[in-house]
Amino acid sequence: MADAPILEVLGVNKSFGPVHVLHDVDFRVYPGTVTSLIGDNGAGKTTLIKCITGIYPSDTGEFFFDGKPVHIGGPKDVANLGIEVVYQDLALCENLDIVQNLFLGRERLKYGLLDEASMEQAARETLASLSVRTVKSVRQKVSSLSGGQRQTVAIAKAVLWNSKVVLLDEPTAALGVAQTKQVLDLVRRLADQGLGVVLISHNMNDVIQVSDRVCAMYLGRVAADVEISKETRREFLVELITTGRSGDVGLVNTEAV
Amino acid sequence: MSSVPTPASPTPGQSEALSDFALDSAKRTFGTAISDMKSRLRSGDLGSLPAILAIVVLVAIFGLSSDTFLTALNFANFLEQAAAVIVIAMAVTFVLLLGEIDLAAGYTAGVTAAVLALRLQADWPLPLAILLAALAAMVLGLWTGFLVAKLGIPSFVVTLANFLVFQGILLILVREGGSIRIEDTIVKGIVGSSISPGLSWVIAALGILAFVAMQYKQSQRDGSPLSMVALKSGLAAVLILVVVSVLNKNRAFENATAEQKGMPYVIPLVLIIVVVLTFVLNRTRYGRHLMAVGGNQEAARRAGINVARIRLSAFMFCGLLAGIGGAFLASRVNSVDPNTGGNDTLLLAVGAAVIGGTSLFGGQGRMVNAILGGLVLALIPNGLTLVGKREPFGIEIDFGSSGVKFICAGLALMLAASVDALSRKRTS
Repeated sequence: MADAPILEVLGVNKSFGPVHVLHDVDFRVYPGTVTSLIGDNGAGKTTLIKCITGIYPSDTGEFFFDGKPVHIGGPKDVANLGIEVVYQDLALCENLDIVQNLFLGRERLKYGLLDEASMEQAARETLASLSVRTVKSVRQKVSSLSGGQRQTVAIAKAVLWNSKVVLLDEPTAALGVAQTKQVLDLVRRLADQGLGVVLISHNMNDVIQVSDRVCAMYLGRVAADVEISKETRREFLVELITTGRSGDVGLVNTEAV
Repeated sequence: MSSVPTPASPTPGQSEALSDFALDSAKRTFGTAISDMKSRLRSGDLGSLPAILAIVVLVAIFGLSSDTFLTALNFANFLEQAAAVIVIAMAVTFVLLLGEIDLAAGYTAGVTAAVLALRLQADWPLPLAILLAALAAMVLGLWTGFLVAKLGIPSFVVTLANFLVFQGILLILVREGGSIRIEDTIVKGIVGSSISPGLSWVIAALGILAFVAMQYKQSQRDGSPLSMVALKSGLAAVLILVVVSVLNKNRAFENATAEQKGMPYVIPLVLIIVVVLTFVLNRTRYGRHLMAVGGNQEAARRAGINVARIRLSAFMFCGLLAGIGGAFLASRVNSVDPNTGGNDTLLLAVGAAVIGGTSLFGGQGRMVNAILGGLVLALIPNGLTLVGKREPFGIEIDFGSSGVKFICAGLALMLAASVDALSRKRTS
């Protein structure tokens, strides 16, 4: 954690008409670290992510990538920096197979035609490097995969591009116990490979299990941005989420918000 | 991998525990290839199997109940009847793959045919006339595409309106009640004339070679066994040889002055179109993006695909292909009238695509489905006409009447749509 943040956003404000959704939000992602972004519904997690990924333009705010100030005009800029997002609704095409999904929009060509052999090979290598061991064939259609496998493919799609930061929006929300464990293991491995991982989750057990840091949001503000460990109490996080304050940590005057 | 172990995979090697891309590295044998196919069918991915079954059943029924059905003359006639609907079905497939529909494709065909016929009547050189007709077809497609992709109007509504608009254009072009004769021998010959028997054999041989080469390359990629390649190639070769040998028989009437034999030009034309389109869909980036937009528009958008441009271009290609279908329609009757591309043309084309196994919900389908479905829908009226009046169970029914034909074609379409809906239920 002594490292400099790979991605740093400072003083982000965002309003939708009269509704001020984000208030001076600072957010940092460190390489090799899982940072969980937690907060109640409407706390501004998703809006923050969408500002970071260029889907919403932020009203104010500075963005630094690898220590250098960057301008984010749209999703393309973000992808070019090496920031990938895995959305809650996965964004996979069920009618296509794993390889086709992994390379969607960035197909490899040979003589102007799709280079299936090379894409298939790369897909297999990527999945193997993530120690994904549950897929029968990379030519399986996504419609034939389980929820956990789909999540895995979606995550693999994000890291296939040598990305430096991966944002995961509730990756375990719809999964069973075993599949959740699979995905959390994968999240941990991503960080161990040196990526900066952001995990948005409502499940405090998941958060405590894999996170190195927690950024708790409360009504559009960052209530706390702290390191945590497996010993961190669940109640501590729940309190941050529900009141924006727990013990000495959190917003000073939550009533004024 | 479903959570329920399927009985389709009884061997331990096929069980749920398979992982680590076991299937990718495993050398596939004839047996596993067959069981793969079985489990695919069981999972609801029927593909074009229902259409193939329907063709076999229909040919058997009509062949048994009519003396003239299985003659060389009727065979050639039947293929010529099917050609235009097949090409328009391929046009519609383009937009069906996106989950859209083009109800005006029939009249796009009509307008294009009228433009072609009018320019030929005005003594334009054929290439120029074709160019202008093709442009007209693409402009009609682009117009639809613009309204759907840029303005976001549902394609059902846009093309319903265009159905009337294009019909109006066609009426104006051919002047109500009239018709435009086509004198150009090349245009007339697309559907009317045949390639010489010798050349037909050459084309058949080339077709078989191409098929074997494609199957072999495919097997190199997906590891399917050579025995499977041999089986498929053998079947295709037999089919092609039988078709060509029938077409090469003289099919002129007994007292006709000239012999009539060989493959009608329209057959290799349709095959070239289907090969080119299949190639575009399967091997190019454009095709991949088209399938992606049809499967999950949001995923495609997030992957950086320009969804609107894909939509627009799909409608443009739909228009162009429908135009080619229009030329076939005109060639068959040597004229264009206000009903060219009208009546049931569009319904048959959409029906052909769906019967062939292309989904109405987008993302599923192949161009070759249009051929299979088109053959089914051409077989029904062709066979029924030849069966004619019969008295099953003491009731006299005229199977050749339009009423019976419409009911049968409609039921076939309904059946195909139910298969589509049911198999979707099963896969999701």
